[in-house]
Amino acid sequence: MNRFKEKMIRRFFQLNGLFVIFVLIGIFVLLIRNSYPAFREIGVWNFFSSAEWNPTSFTGPKYGILAQVYSSLIVTFGAMLIAVPLGVATAAYISEVAGPGVKNILKPTIEILAGIPSVVLGFMGIVVIGPLIARVFNLNQGLNAINGSILLGIMALPTITSLSEDAISAVAKKYKEASYGLGANRWQTLVSVVIPSALSGIIASIMLGMGRAIGETMAVLMATGNSPAMPENIFDSLRTMTATIAIELGEVPFNTTHYYALFAVGLILFIMTFLVNLVSDIILHKYQEVD
Amino acid sequence: MNNKTKVKVENLNCFYDDFQALKDINMEIKSKEITALIGPSGCGKSTFLRCLNRMNDLIEGARIEGIVCIDDYDIYQNGTDVVSLRKKVGMVFQQPNPFPKSIYDNIAYGPRIHGIKDRSRLNEIVEKSLKNSALWEEVKDRLDTSALDLSGGQQQRLCIARALAVEPDILLMDEPASALDPVATSRIEDLMKDLAENYTIVIVTHNMQQAARISDRTGFFLMGELIEFDRTETIFEKPAQQKTEDYITGRFG
Amino acid sequence: MSRKYKQFFGFMALRLAGLIVLFVLFYIIYDIVSKGLSSINWEFISQPPRRGMTEGGIYPAIVGTFYVTVITALVSVPLGMFGAIYLNEYAKKGRLSRLIRMAIRNLAGVPSIVFGLFGVALFVQWFNFGPSLISAGFTLGLMTLPVTITASEEALKTVPDAYRKGSLALGATRWETIKTNVLPLAIPGMMTGSILGLARAAGETAPILFTGAAFFIPHLPDSPFSQFMALPYHLYILATQHHNISVVRPIAYATALVLIVLVLLINLTAIILRIKYRKKFENK
Repeated sequence: MNRFKEKMIRRFFQLNGLFVIFVLIGIFVLLIRNSYPAFREIGVWNFFSSAEWNPTSFTGPKYGILAQVYSSLIVTFGAMLIAVPLGVATAAYISEVAGPGVKNILKPTIEILAGIPSVVLGFMGIVVIGPLIARVFNLNQGLNAINGSILLGIMALPTITSLSEDAISAVAKKYKEASYGLGANRWQTLVSVVIPSALSGIIASIMLGMGRAIGETMAVLMATGNSPAMPENIFDSLRTMTATIAIELGEVPFNTTHYYALFAVGLILFIMTFLVNLVSDIILHKYQEVD
Repeated sequence: MNNKTKVKVENLNCFYDDFQALKDINMEIKSKEITALIGPSGCGKSTFLRCLNRMNDLIEGARIEGIVCIDDYDIYQNGTDVVSLRKKVGMVFQQPNPFPKSIYDNIAYGPRIHGIKDRSRLNEIVEKSLKNSALWEEVKDRLDTSALDLSGGQQQRLCIARALAVEPDILLMDEPASALDPVATSRIEDLMKDLAENYTIVIVTHNMQQAARISDRTGFFLMGELIEFDRTETIFEKPAQQKTEDYITGRFG
Repeated sequence: MSRKYKQFFGFMALRLAGLIVLFVLFYIIYDIVSKGLSSINWEFISQPPRRGMTEGGIYPAIVGTFYVTVITALVSVPLGMFGAIYLNEYAKKGRLSRLIRMAIRNLAGVPSIVFGLFGVALFVQWFNFGPSLISAGFTLGLMTLPVTITASEEALKTVPDAYRKGSLALGATRWETIKTNVLPLAIPGMMTGSILGLARAAGETAPILFTGAAFFIPHLPDSPFSQFMALPYHLYILATQHHNISVVRPIAYATALVLIVLVLLINLTAIILRIKYRKKFENK
């Protein structure tokens, strides 16, 4: 009797553990199920080959995802240009240079930065960064690709910094000591021993930060201007995949082609972030095994 | 001293994944005696001890073959109730591991698990167990304070009291004094001798003098094999095996 | 000599990076506090918006965020705790637990807007909850699950194994051991970690856009199936969707300030709890 009870309790907790898998699969299945009608109506080729997204066009709705994908990628790329050097340098600073006092300020700073809601950062994009960009580059307004990149850079920064710092601090002391023993100074040791040893962890952190940036909604929704056309330069307004879903899902009736098309965008987004996270996961695991 | 057999081990093999930790062990442990298990680290003596209350079940990849009979009941047969087995076969660990609770609650933990709720009954058990482990006088006025505030030796005696509180027949001790200073060690040893009047005790120890001082029988393990098992005087004065003599005289290990 | 200069400038560059990060956070907070503080008064946090949101307060949004966060917690904290108990106390190191861990990491990487889509399809449409507190809370709850499960597992890991072994050796079952000897020690840690996850959920906008957040409702939600106003969504509206953006800008700032203070307060609570309970049960 007692053993039966124990078994049931174990089962109960196991089900709870498995629940995470159900949720992940559930998301995937629902996205596919709700994308399927869109692919059938629009055609897979049309969906992926066209850059024109105009679901309410008089001449017949257009569902081409290319401009959005390109926009998402370009804003994310810009964000990485900002967040990678800044994040990795801050991580190196925290772990290898800063004294305990500075550390105790910088680490909570990064935690708090990670905790700022994205809608607040989006707001900053509108009220601070937008006007700044407009003034510096002499534009009408600053809601554009570069604004989105700056915000996403700030959002990816905590992820990259804290995970890179973990990787850098995990570099064994003996490697560093060997380097000092050979007469290298701290900078040389950092650049030629510590960073290379921590590289896989750093790359994994960058991938993770990238995954977050691609999937971020509110900041880009508020700060990039949301013009659905293909952007031509970094001062163009653009509309990412996430922003498209956020803008249009509220306006469409359920179970229309347009509605399903938005799930298809979500599906592509899900697959993209899934792959990025998977790569990060694989890199991270390889590196843990080596340690 | 012709006691009856309490534990009978036949052809016991234990594997951790591919590694064979115990090879064909045969041993009879007598009731109300102290049996000491000695040997160099990694020889399998602690593994053997954990086979006697199936604590090896908790180790991933552990596999056991053979027969371990306690009071003529094979504890590895299907359908064995591990919980009542462990109630009957108590265990004291190398590192004192009092729970982060009060002294009282540590002792009452086992009885409560086994369904005793009556306060006066619990009081009785706590007092009796602490007296049996020679800790009562030192802690009777502070039963409500945290067990973690006790000294190392007191903590270990508390763990012994905790094990006694579920009224086991057999007490397994895995190097119970190795983390303690000499004074605390000698108190534990005295305690064991007293306990042997009522309990069957199996102790793993690194310390040969300790085995010689307190045990009735001694088993010498080497690389997963039981090399020799005999009365303690025999083992220490005229061992039958060369390997035992080498170990006893400190020629290796 | 040049070696020394390299090190000097190199470290200088790293220090600069650290300063920039510090400056970014400082400036965000400075900007919001300096421009938001003057609009904050008792009326602002105790009254609903009036005159097309150009006057009045944000009371319904505060309450809505509170309600939805409570539902989030009710979903996410128990599921996370139980899942973590399985992973840390029962699961063997096998393919299954590796798979679950992989699912946790991947779920953590799913974009919040995709959770929004999921919530619409599953809770709003399929379960027919409609846009409501419960749809939004469930969506956020599932989104927060990776955080609560990871935090709970970390907390379980801090409980020394000796307590488990000691209890099992006394003849306690697995569950008795967990219930009496593991959970009491792990629960404070589980709570602090989970609270951090909830703080993030409270500030999320994308998942609630279509699952229940409303543009404007003058009264408080009266059932789990009501739509609700939420602070982050309210800020989004004030910042981008309002017909008279410059007039409501101070209100937007004040809303941002309230949101940030709220999130930081929740974080602070968790951090204080963490310090209070850290190493409390370590043997000396």
